[in-house]
Amino acid sequence: MNADFTAEELQFENEVREFLQNDFPAEYREKVDAGIRLSKDELVHWQKILYKKGWAASNWPVEHGGTGWSATEKHIFATEMGLIGAPEPVPFGMKMVAPVLMAYGSDEQKQRFLPDILQSNVWWCQGYSEPNSGSDLASLKTSAVRDGDEYVVNGSKTWNTYGQYADWIFCLVRTDTSVKKQEGISFMLIDMKTPGITLKPIVLLDGHAEVNEVFFDEVRVPANNLIGEENKGWTYAKVLLTHERTNISGVPRGKRRLAALKRLAGNTDDGFGGTMLENSAFKTKLAEVDIELQALEYSELRTLAALSVGKAPGPESSILKIVGTELAQEMDELFVDLAGYNCLPFVPEQFEDGFQGEAVGPGNSAAAALSYFNNRKLSIFGGSNEIQRNIISKAVLGL
Amino acid sequence: MWIFSNTEEQQMLQESVQKFVYKSYDFDTRNQIIASEKGFSQENWDLFAELGWLTVPFKEDDGGFGGSAVDLAVMMEEFGKAMLVEPFIATAVLAGGVISEQGSAEQKAELLPKIMEGSLQLACAYAEQGSRFNLANIKTSAVVEGDTVVLNGSKTAVLNGSNAEILLVAARESGAATDSEGISVFLVEAASAGVSIQSFANVDGKKSAEISLKDVSVPVSQRLGTSGSALQALQDGVDRATLAVSAEAVGAMESLLHKTVEYSKTRKQFGTAIGTFQALQHRMADMFIECQLARSIVIMAAMKLDGGESALEKTKSVSAAKSRIGRAIQKVGQEAIQIHGGIGMTEELDVGHLFKSVTAAEIMFGNTDYHTQRFASL
Repeated sequence: MNADFTAEELQFENEVREFLQNDFPAEYREKVDAGIRLSKDELVHWQKILYKKGWAASNWPVEHGGTGWSATEKHIFATEMGLIGAPEPVPFGMKMVAPVLMAYGSDEQKQRFLPDILQSNVWWCQGYSEPNSGSDLASLKTSAVRDGDEYVVNGSKTWNTYGQYADWIFCLVRTDTSVKKQEGISFMLIDMKTPGITLKPIVLLDGHAEVNEVFFDEVRVPANNLIGEENKGWTYAKVLLTHERTNISGVPRGKRRLAALKRLAGNTDDGFGGTMLENSAFKTKLAEVDIELQALEYSELRTLAALSVGKAPGPESSILKIVGTELAQEMDELFVDLAGYNCLPFVPEQFEDGFQGEAVGPGNSAAAALSYFNNRKLSIFGGSNEIQRNIISKAVLGL
Repeated sequence: MWIFSNTEEQQMLQESVQKFVYKSYDFDTRNQIIASEKGFSQENWDLFAELGWLTVPFKEDDGGFGGSAVDLAVMMEEFGKAMLVEPFIATAVLAGGVISEQGSAEQKAELLPKIMEGSLQLACAYAEQGSRFNLANIKTSAVVEGDTVVLNGSKTAVLNGSNAEILLVAARESGAATDSEGISVFLVEAASAGVSIQSFANVDGKKSAEISLKDVSVPVSQRLGTSGSALQALQDGVDRATLAVSAEAVGAMESLLHKTVEYSKTRKQFGTAIGTFQALQHRMADMFIECQLARSIVIMAAMKLDGGESALEKTKSVSAAKSRIGRAIQKVGQEAIQIHGGIGMTEELDVGHLFKSVTAAEIMFGNTDYHTQRFASL
């Protein structure tokens, strides 16, 4: 067994580190540290910086303008990005629809869509879940009926992240109701400007509307926006879900947050003349999170080792999703714990870009509860942790 | 013999709150109240006074209903089920309690009737940045100059701070920052020169404030009781408020459990109600267990507060309750959201607001770790 990087890998790590130090705008870094959301323009700007460096598409092959990195190189890149707090490119285009396009799209579709994704010219969003189809995604009902050279789409999609920014949406739609539910689903790309599409923002518990419900009313979609074959969408979607599940452990971000927790604890009065870093209960919880993070990191490295010798990500990646999300939620609990009374004020607007009013509470302590509320989503989305446990019990344990 | 059933009076009190909630406190109404300028309904407050609810925390000697902690718990549980945002704890339980314990006969005669008839809003400003949950950690200074006292300092997490006409300001007249001696409580009119109030709503919808005091002068006669002796009264008031917020959380958890179970019976995935999945059934059974243990320990603490136990036993039982409740809150709150799935994360559904309410309750008056450690150290 060996977990050391090679000399080349170490050199690459240095290069990434240096690039991020110099080229991830200091202004964005400050915002991320202060818990302020980056705007659409800022995210796009950052992605274009990555594009100029040739590092926008870490998961793409070279032929499409990707980096062609090995599993280890991807890991190094993701780690350094997470440690400094640089946002990963918005996944809907780069990590979700692009791999499906590459695998199942026509040449015309690839040429039409991939360059704009690579250059961050077009913002994509996801149209999977429906109000009545969450964990049971295959029961989706949004219909697409062929009419000449077009499909007519009716229905609604929900939990659509940043749909308000999106130019395009990739959707799973029902094209056959007479067969087994998985066999009547198609994968379709829809221009968000098409008449008949309306968006309704959904405000979450943190007071922010990052998700939407999207309604389709007699939306006419050119038939050449269908990916691959009609009624094969479920197969394609499963490929996408596997991609969604790699890199979900969030170890680098976890390390960054753990360091922040330790710093913060050292600066937080315990009320009795010491700091929270000296509080026995808090110290124990901090140590437990630290230890779990290390166990998770090595679980991820073991998965990575399998990938780097060409094995496909197996059902074991569910472990990373479950533990990674639950650990992130535990860290939120620790931030809430440290903030004490300071996390009670509900003033979400002070963490929006361009807030001009008088801030409540010291630093970003009032963001702790908001993050705790918002991150309850982690164990729900991307295949809920219940679904992940089903995968482990069925596919790994054979139950 | 153990009797855990409510007395006839307690049952009437419970039914009276239930009736009010059913008639006048649905989720939409609550949202409108939170969005209103004051952040609570004066009309409701007047009704609370009319129904006699504002007398419940007070002893008969003070002209109250009796001041039984069990009565209070019975009532707060019903408040919690519907997440009432009216400043009952801030004005009647906490500030009223401190005045009742520490005030002179004249001060009590002047203020307590007004609280009970609903014409006076109060807030207790004790916590400070850096004091965390230690009530003795007070840096706000009180310097006596002849007949007046000058206050300087800042206060955090002042529940009802923006609506209170009079603030009960805990300040230090002598001693070092964490000494138990030297703390006095002063009655300060919120409109006094030098008082600035930053107002906001907490995550549970209740109004709160950050308050700073810059050379605020008040007559020495506005001190509650004698100089430097207020910590015990403050402690007792906060203990009672802790019991009240714990009982409120029991009610809110009850609602969370109920709503989750009902949702699991109607939400269909994979062709069946999700409540038929054993994986979820066991987790809801665990939520039920947590709710029951939470209720038991709150009843225990309330009974001990009303009984003949020593002051130490009473305080210990409050910390025991708050500590255990805190664990229940985390489990019941998180599971309720998880089992609801995405819909539980939206502002539109009450379950998320219940989750936010119990999260605030976990922190209020000292969080789980604080009370566990306090229990261990007593």
